[in-house]
Amino acid sequence: MTAVAVVGGSLAGLRTAEQLRASGHTGPITVYGEELHPPYNRPPLSKEVLADAQRATSAEMLDRLAFRRRSSTADVDFRLGTRVESADLSARTITLASGAVETWDGLVAATGLRPRRLRVEGPTQGRHILRTIDHCLTLRADLDRPRDVVVVGAGFIGCETACTLLKLGHRVTVVEPTGAPMNRVLGPALAEAVQAHHEDAGIRFVIGPGVTRFTGDQRVTGVQLDTGERLLADIVVESVGSVCNTEWLGGIAALDLSDGILTDNDLRVTGTDDVVAVGDIARFPNPLFDDVPRRVEHWNIPTETAKRAAATLVAGLQGRPPALPPFAPVPAFWSDQLDLRFQSFGSPGLADTVETVEGDLGDLTGGVLTRYTRDGRLVGSVAVNLSAARQRELRDEFVVMAPVG
Amino acid sequence: MKVTVDMTLCEDHGQCAIAAPNVFRINDDGKLEYDANPEERELTNVEEAADVCPVQAILIGD
Repeated sequence: MTAVAVVGGSLAGLRTAEQLRASGHTGPITVYGEELHPPYNRPPLSKEVLADAQRATSAEMLDRLAFRRRSSTADVDFRLGTRVESADLSARTITLASGAVETWDGLVAATGLRPRRLRVEGPTQGRHILRTIDHCLTLRADLDRPRDVVVVGAGFIGCETACTLLKLGHRVTVVEPTGAPMNRVLGPALAEAVQAHHEDAGIRFVIGPGVTRFTGDQRVTGVQLDTGERLLADIVVESVGSVCNTEWLGGIAALDLSDGILTDNDLRVTGTDDVVAVGDIARFPNPLFDDVPRRVEHWNIPTETAKRAAATLVAGLQGRPPALPPFAPVPAFWSDQLDLRFQSFGSPGLADTVETVEGDLGDLTGGVLTRYTRDGRLVGSVAVNLSAARQRELRDEFVVMAPVG
Repeated sequence: MKVTVDMTLCEDHGQCAIAAPNVFRINDDGKLEYDANPEERELTNVEEAADVCPVQAILIGD
C-alpha cells in the first residue's frame, strides 16, 4: 500500500489530505505540522479574533477557528509540533527535527509562508507580527491600554490590522514606502480612495518614507523614518510580506525554488514525478491568464490546489496519467476594513488598465465596482460594498472565458 | 442530508451560493437563505460550500 507524507499542517495540508481520500487514495496519510495547533482558519486573526473583547484563551480561540475534520480523514495521522528538516527525493524520505527518518511514496509540499521581518536595529519588545494564533495572543496581550501603534506595511493584512486596532481605541499610524494602501492589487485610484476613507476614520498614513530603526531601550518607543521624522510608537506591527517555507527542500538541484516551488499546471513539482505542491508556495501557470507560473496568496487557493494536486498524486501513484482538463482556478479574496468589504475575483495586480465602472470613489461605502484589464481582456475585479448577491455574476465572468490556448 | 449554517458566524460572504447554488442563495437584501434539507445529490456541492465558507459556518449533518 502506498503512503503519502504531507509536509505542512495548515489549510492546504488538511485539504490535500481530504482530497487524497476523495480521489481514492486508501493508503496511509501522515500530515506533519510545525505548529502545535491542528489546522485552523487564519483570516479572523486580524479581524474578529483580534477585536474579541471576550479575551478568549488559546484553547477557546482554537475551538472557534479549528477546521472541522471530515470523517474520511479520521485515520489521517496528524503529527503536530513536528518540523520537517529535509527531504531526499531519490530515497523517498523526509528527516524530522528529531532526526527520525520517515519514508513515503508520494510527497505533498504544503509548508506555506512565514511573515517577513524588518531587518532594522532597535529593541524587540513591542514588535509584533500576525499570522498564527500565538502571534494574535501575544499582540492582544500587549494591547492592555490605549497604545500608539505603528503598522509597517499597508498590504491587506496591515490595513485590516490597522482598522481593527483603531476600532479598539488605539492611535494608529500606517507606514508604507511604495504608495497608497494595497495599491499593488487595487491600483492607485482605488487605493487612494481607500486611504482617504481610512484617514477620515482616524488612521494616519505616512506614504513614501522607509523605516530606518526602532528607538527605545528594552521596549519600542518610536519608529525612525528616513525622512528624519520619528513616529511615537509603543506597539509596532510588521506586515511587510512573507517568506516561503521551502528551506527543507533546499539543495535539491532538480527543483526551482526561486519563488516558492515551481510546478506544472497539475501542481506536480517540476523535476519530480511523485511530489506535488499546494497552497501559498505552489507556483503554477493558470490558463485563465497566461502560461506564466505564479504563486497566489489568496485564501481560496489552498482548497483549489489541494483538489488538483491530490488527483495528480493519486493518478501518479496508480501509474496512470491524471488526464484532467486544464487547471484554471479563479483567484478570490475578501477583506473587511472598518465599514468596507472588499471582494475580488481574478488577479487585479496583472492589469495594465483600471476602470471604476460603478459607484463613486469619493463614497466607497455606497458601493464601487472596479474592473482590471490587460490587453483589453478582463483579468480582475474588485467590488467594495456591493451586495453579495452580485458575486456569482462577477466570478462567472472569469469562468466563461477559461481556458485559453 | 441536513445542513445547518451557524447564523451567529455567517457574514453573508456568499461563497456558498457560488459553490452550491441549488442549496444556498443570497437574497435581494444581500442576506443568506438556504435549504436545510437538500437532496443527497447535492452533497459534493455542499461540501465545497462548507470548504469555501470564509467563516466556516456551514455544518453538514446526516
